[in-house]
Amino acid sequence: MLNEVMFYLFGAMILTFSVLTVTTRRILRAAVYLLFVLISTAGVYFMLNYNFLAAVQLTVYAGGIVVLIIFSILLTSHLSERAVMAPLKQSIFSALATLAGATLTLMTILRFNFVPNTGVDPQLNITDIGNSLVSYNRDGYALPFEVISVLLLAAMIGAIVVAKKERKLKE
Amino acid sequence: MIQNISLSYYLVISTFMFFIGIYGFLTRRNLITMLMSIELILNSVNINFVAFNRYLYPQQLQGHFFMLIVIAVAAAEAAVAIAIIINIYRNFKSIDVDNVDEMKY
Amino acid sequence: MADYTYTLLIPLIPLFVFLLLGLTGHKMKPLVAGLIGSTGLGISAILSYVTAFKYFIGEHVAGTGYASIKGFEVSWLHLTDKLTIHLGVLIDPISVMMLVVVTTVSWMVHIYSIGYMKGDPGFYRFFSFLSLFSFSMLGLVLATNIFQMYIFWELVGVSSFLLIGYYYEKPSAVAASKKAFIVTRFADLGFLIGILMLSFNTGTFDFQTLTDPNGPAIASAGGAAFMGMSVLTWSLIFIFVGGAGKSAMFPFHIWLPDAMEGPTPVSALIHAATMVVAGVYLVARLFPVYALGAPDALMVVAWVGGFSSIFAAVIACTQTDIKRVLAFSTMSQIGYMMLALGVSGYGGEEGLGFMASNFHLFTHAMFKALLFLGAGAVIHAVHTNEMTGMGNLRKHLPITHITFLIACLTISGIPPFSGFFSKDEILVAAFHSNKMLFAIEYIVAGLTAFYMFRLYYGIFWGKDTHYHHTPHESPLVMTIPLMVLAFGTVFAGFLPFHNLVTSDGLPFESHIDWMIAIPSVLIGVLGIVVAAVMYKKENPLPDKMAVTFKHLYKWALHKFYWDEVYLFVTRKIIFQHISRPIAWFDRHVIDATMNGIAGITQYTAYAIKGFQSGRLQQYAFVFVSGTVILVLIFVYLV
Repeated sequence: MLNEVMFYLFGAMILTFSVLTVTTRRILRAAVYLLFVLISTAGVYFMLNYNFLAAVQLTVYAGGIVVLIIFSILLTSHLSERAVMAPLKQSIFSALATLAGATLTLMTILRFNFVPNTGVDPQLNITDIGNSLVSYNRDGYALPFEVISVLLLAAMIGAIVVAKKERKLKE
Repeated sequence: MIQNISLSYYLVISTFMFFIGIYGFLTRRNLITMLMSIELILNSVNINFVAFNRYLYPQQLQGHFFMLIVIAVAAAEAAVAIAIIINIYRNFKSIDVDNVDEMKY
Repeated sequence: MADYTYTLLIPLIPLFVFLLLGLTGHKMKPLVAGLIGSTGLGISAILSYVTAFKYFIGEHVAGTGYASIKGFEVSWLHLTDKLTIHLGVLIDPISVMMLVVVTTVSWMVHIYSIGYMKGDPGFYRFFSFLSLFSFSMLGLVLATNIFQMYIFWELVGVSSFLLIGYYYEKPSAVAASKKAFIVTRFADLGFLIGILMLSFNTGTFDFQTLTDPNGPAIASAGGAAFMGMSVLTWSLIFIFVGGAGKSAMFPFHIWLPDAMEGPTPVSALIHAATMVVAGVYLVARLFPVYALGAPDALMVVAWVGGFSSIFAAVIACTQTDIKRVLAFSTMSQIGYMMLALGVSGYGGEEGLGFMASNFHLFTHAMFKALLFLGAGAVIHAVHTNEMTGMGNLRKHLPITHITFLIACLTISGIPPFSGFFSKDEILVAAFHSNKMLFAIEYIVAGLTAFYMFRLYYGIFWGKDTHYHHTPHESPLVMTIPLMVLAFGTVFAGFLPFHNLVTSDGLPFESHIDWMIAIPSVLIGVLGIVVAAVMYKKENPLPDKMAVTFKHLYKWALHKFYWDEVYLFVTRKIIFQHISRPIAWFDRHVIDATMNGIAGITQYTAYAIKGFQSGRLQQYAFVFVSGTVILVLIFVYLV
């Protein structure tokens, strides 16, 4: 019973805060609302017993990305600057497109009968996750692991090169 | 798995989050707030993966690991995007998205 | 049967010379260009003589006469199984005869032109065009099928256009070349219609098949009829229209006097000896079809020829430009040839007209070329075309005088020159066929003698006109061709044409019919005497006659106003009522459509330019809405 209440609470938080993120005029507040959305999502993961995943979400997303965003906000704008909202025409059209898409998707999803697999709830412990992350047999995820490390390397180099300050040539 | 909460609830939540993210991407003028909307979209997809994994294929862990990959990719992409935004700020002194419309007719 | 493939060289050598001179002639010294042209034609001429020798002496088969041989044939355009166009060489009595005529006259004109055109800046251009013309005419003569003949027919027209308009800075020359090309092109429309009708009904283009007396062409005469005449007759009349245009028969004669704007060697080659007889050659080539399948068409040919000859003879009596007199004389003589073909039958004695026509073609080429080249020598000496500016030239130009006199005697039909023999045969053929036509031709014979000697006395006798500088005789390079042609004129009459060139290939007996010959000589002499009386010495008799016959004289002087009629029809009727509306349509409907399409494209481009605005959110919006719409269509509606 409590589980259901918790779930509804988390769901409501996700939706409210995401709406607030995209509509607020103050940028820093938008970042904070985003933070709350991410924390609520982590809560949902906890409820589904994916503990490691929730921890990663909190660490990387809530702890890393939101901090990065806040730093960049502070670098590029005044704290009291109000965001300029889009013209009305653009808002209306986007809202229409969004609503249409949402309706369509919901109709498709809700019509379909998903048959849940009522089986045993597996207990994931961290040793199993760690083993499968680096093993290369049929159940192993070594390849994605390597790929993602190359991607991170590239992103790191790219970000450094792009954001480098251009040195002015002194003639 | 939570009793009495069927899969479709999760899917509804993620759908709404997805489209709210899209609305935000289409409407916001500030480049950083557009980036935040993209994070919302990515998050909604993550919830989707996890819900499907838990409800339909609890023995297999593909959804779980794909979600980890997605988080890593999102982090990398956010980093590079911020770098670009910093560069744009240096050139235009503002991060309004209408400033970056050079590639047109 | 001997191998005649070498006859391909006869037209191809002038073609090669044309290309050589046309592309590199400007680098050569003029004399070199002239020599190259003359040598090329000389080789072709010698090859033609060899062919004539081989054919006429070697190919005579007792019983069937001279057969026509395909020396060479290649399939040029294979369109469908039934429609194939070949190119080839046909060796046949009349084509061999024409080979000799064309190459000889062309060779003489080439040599003459080395002297006549000396100092002209476009010297090599002249020779290259002459070679082009020779190639076209030889190809026409050697054609194996009617389509090939049409191709070369048009080429000859183009060469004539280029040569008449040689002095392209003179507006009158340009106008004359345009007129010649347009009139002949218009007549060639009839030719093309005739070709299409004929080949559609008989299924072939080939001359050997068409003229086979047992073949499909002549059998089709009994086929479908239209307005009283069979389709075959109609097609042959259309073909004759094409021939009439090229041969300057009435009513397509208007281009020939104006074509005298070209240099005199051109007039000699094209408009006297070779191109204008292309029409006669065409009818002669298709003669079996005409005679056996469509005698009505032959009637048309005969009357057109007869009318043209008397029309031209009357006009020639009043002209003062020496080249115009010769032009009308040509028209009149070609009328003789057409008439001879028209009154002819097929086979043996009946085919006398055919033989006479070809004989006259042969002799006419010689003496008319001689007349023109002589006139050219006169013009070269006194720098004017008008008879009023000449007089007493027999003292100054002796060789020209003698050769000109020989030619005038020939054309008047005085024995023993060749003109007597050929003209006499025509008169005999006409007498046995249609007395009315004979009467017309008899009168024309007298008129011919009269105006030719009027010309002769006007140039070479009379008082010395005041000349800028004393006229001198032409250089040897110009007088040698005159002498060679005079030689041919004198002795060509003795060739036994009745054994060589006949309507069905078989020889027949021919003798001089003194009943006709003596009166024709007498009327020729009468014409000469009248001309001598009126023109040998200065006297007021011609002017008094002009006043007496005032209207006839005025009408004849203005060529019976046919030029004005044609100009009226083209300017007031065709230009105003047909060309102008079509031009309006072209500019306002067709061009407007094209401009409209371009305008719509431009407008659309401006209108949708906004899609590429560079704004990221617009792109994203289009992306999202597009996806939504596609999903809607493919998941729910399809």
